[in-house]
Amino acid sequence: MTGASNRRTGWVALAVLVAVAALAPLPASDFFVSVILTKTLWLGMAAASLIFLAAYGGMVSLAQVGIFAVAGMAFANLVAADGGSPAAWNPWLAAVVALVLATVVGLGFGAISARSEGIYFLMITLAFSVLVYFFFLQVTQLSGFGGVNNVDLPGVIGNPSQDPVPLYYVTLVASVLVFLALRGISRTPFGLALQGVRDEPARMRALGFDVTRHRMLAFGLAALVAAVAGVLSVWYNQRISPGSISLATTIDVLIIAVIGGLYRLEGAWVGALVFALIDNYSRGYTPTIGDVLGPERFNTLIGIVFLVIVLASPGGLVGLWEQVSDRVRRRRRGPPTGDVKSVPLRGEG
Amino acid sequence: MSRTVDSSTGGRAADAGDAAPEVTTTGAAEAPEVAAGPRAYWTLKRIAIAAAVALFVAWLATKAAGDLRQFAVVTLNGLTLAGLYFVVASGFTLIFGLMRVVNMAHGSLYLLGGYIALKLQESWFREDQGISLSLSGASDAQYGLLGWIVPIIVATALIGVIGVLLQQIFLRWNQGQDLRQALITIALSVIFADQMLAAFGGISQRVSPPASWPTSILLPGDVRFGFFRGVVVLAAAVLIGIALWVVIKRTRFGKIVRAGVDDRDMVSALGINVQLVFAGAFLIGAMLAGFGGVLGGTMISLQPGQDTAFLLNSLIVVIIGGMGSLGGAAIGALALGLVDSYADVYLIFGGADLTNYSVLVTFALLVAVLAVRPLGLFGRPA
Repeated sequence: MTGASNRRTGWVALAVLVAVAALAPLPASDFFVSVILTKTLWLGMAAASLIFLAAYGGMVSLAQVGIFAVAGMAFANLVAADGGSPAAWNPWLAAVVALVLATVVGLGFGAISARSEGIYFLMITLAFSVLVYFFFLQVTQLSGFGGVNNVDLPGVIGNPSQDPVPLYYVTLVASVLVFLALRGISRTPFGLALQGVRDEPARMRALGFDVTRHRMLAFGLAALVAAVAGVLSVWYNQRISPGSISLATTIDVLIIAVIGGLYRLEGAWVGALVFALIDNYSRGYTPTIGDVLGPERFNTLIGIVFLVIVLASPGGLVGLWEQVSDRVRRRRRGPPTGDVKSVPLRGEG
Repeated sequence: MSRTVDSSTGGRAADAGDAAPEVTTTGAAEAPEVAAGPRAYWTLKRIAIAAAVALFVAWLATKAAGDLRQFAVVTLNGLTLAGLYFVVASGFTLIFGLMRVVNMAHGSLYLLGGYIALKLQESWFREDQGISLSLSGASDAQYGLLGWIVPIIVATALIGVIGVLLQQIFLRWNQGQDLRQALITIALSVIFADQMLAAFGGISQRVSPPASWPTSILLPGDVRFGFFRGVVVLAAAVLIGIALWVVIKRTRFGKIVRAGVDDRDMVSALGINVQLVFAGAFLIGAMLAGFGGVLGGTMISLQPGQDTAFLLNSLIVVIIGGMGSLGGAAIGALALGLVDSYADVYLIFGGADLTNYSVLVTFALLVAVLAVRPLGLFGRPA
């Protein structure tokens, strides 16, 4: 069976990759470990939550950074940074509560948006993400423009600005767990049903599956992943401000996911690595053309890279585009197929 | 198990209601047909939303009774905001309705329009030109009527041209791939935002209204309100609304647009040059964004981030109103403008000042509409 052998090669590849990643801090400088590798891992995790929804649920969600922000802000506020009040929470407890809170918010977002599809879903989730940004920008009790600084971190991590290696390992372990969990879930009955919902929502409905609930649960699951990335980003930066959760970040994560291919989970980290490398090393090589292009204009550069990728449409993207446009075309032509009375044939996990 | 079935059939009943044929892009504000279906009308969800609306109205009533004059000003603020939102969002919804293109660069076109008008005003009408009434050397120069009218016309036209260029270069050849088109316009918005930051700086700036216009007007009941906000913006919004309605309902172009919304392929098969119509729709949509940018730049301000803010506003307006529906855009803009304005002032309960949290009220508005109608008030399946 090619499937089995593919799976075996997959495991070997993963083991090799993880081993290489685990040994990376030995030759690499602290700067490289922190600014490239650690950042790649948590950015990749945020992108993975987007790719999971896109690849297995057919939902391109731009709300992931909003959820990421809820988790990060919740953590930063709970550990009572900026001087450390006596009532400050234990960082681990704060992290768990932040994850739970962000997942609940994610389930809520999912409940609202799960009934819409395709481009509507994209718009609604984008609105959520931007609303979260404006919320934290305005609410000075929780963040305000300056954000939350000097966040307390768990003892294991120590001080990342002096020794980034412990945080790197924590992020690596979290990334591997997230990757394995998401891939595992995609093979459970729930994951298979989700892929059915992605391809044929009307048929799945006719088979008795609750399409909306599958979408919502997938959204909640992706929210948890985005939340982990959010908490890790606060550990990495030791601060969080609305500037780091704005539309620009949403677009960065989207760019990473698109670079990674939008249909394979591992693409998330590949895209993040490319992004982090461009982010750090392009400034030295970018030619300066007046005010139009230069080291200051990183966003223009990344925008152009994104534009070129989307215009050129590499193989990874074609599948999704065809699928989305096919679905839209089919729905435009045929009568709505959703009204068929459904007969429950089987239960759901 | 039975609960699963219950909820799924309930959802389907709502879907069926949404699928009921409705004429979008009509300007007329028909009452939305709520999904009746075989199930009880007063579901838990509807009761909850009705209760929330009742609570909102009661809260407004108590606040209004407390200070009627303030209530009048806040309401006018909301109406003028709604006018601005409508101008911008109607362009967004027009483009979507006809071409299924979600133009994520709409906010960028808005901000760029404002900046172009500002630069034109400063370079063409400052001091030495005989038309302007400049107080020589004063930092905030004054401009004559032409010093505002000419920039708004030129900026609107330029943005229209830029919009058509974007459509022809980036969107024309991949029609139907709506996700890809959304991603392309997102990439463009990133580039636009960065370039505008480089070219126009990060400081908040404003377009000056003509010096000959009064700063405020006195309304009955001794209410003072800004002239530009209260008269110019509202009048512009109403005129644009009427003009769009006439164009869509009464002209050949409008007829083709309406037909194109329903069945693009059929229109094309009838020998109509759909590409030309698309370019025309994009021209008008982009021009509305640019025009709104100049209005907004005079009424509020121009600064980086306003592009995001107005993309969000347009998104919320059309999500509430239903994509592609002009009447929906008007209702959505009205709802968003009023809710924004009330929440900014009235979220004070006793000693607790919660005006910071006004975004949550906007969010609640969005949730309430989507809970009842997933496609918006006037929306229908693509």
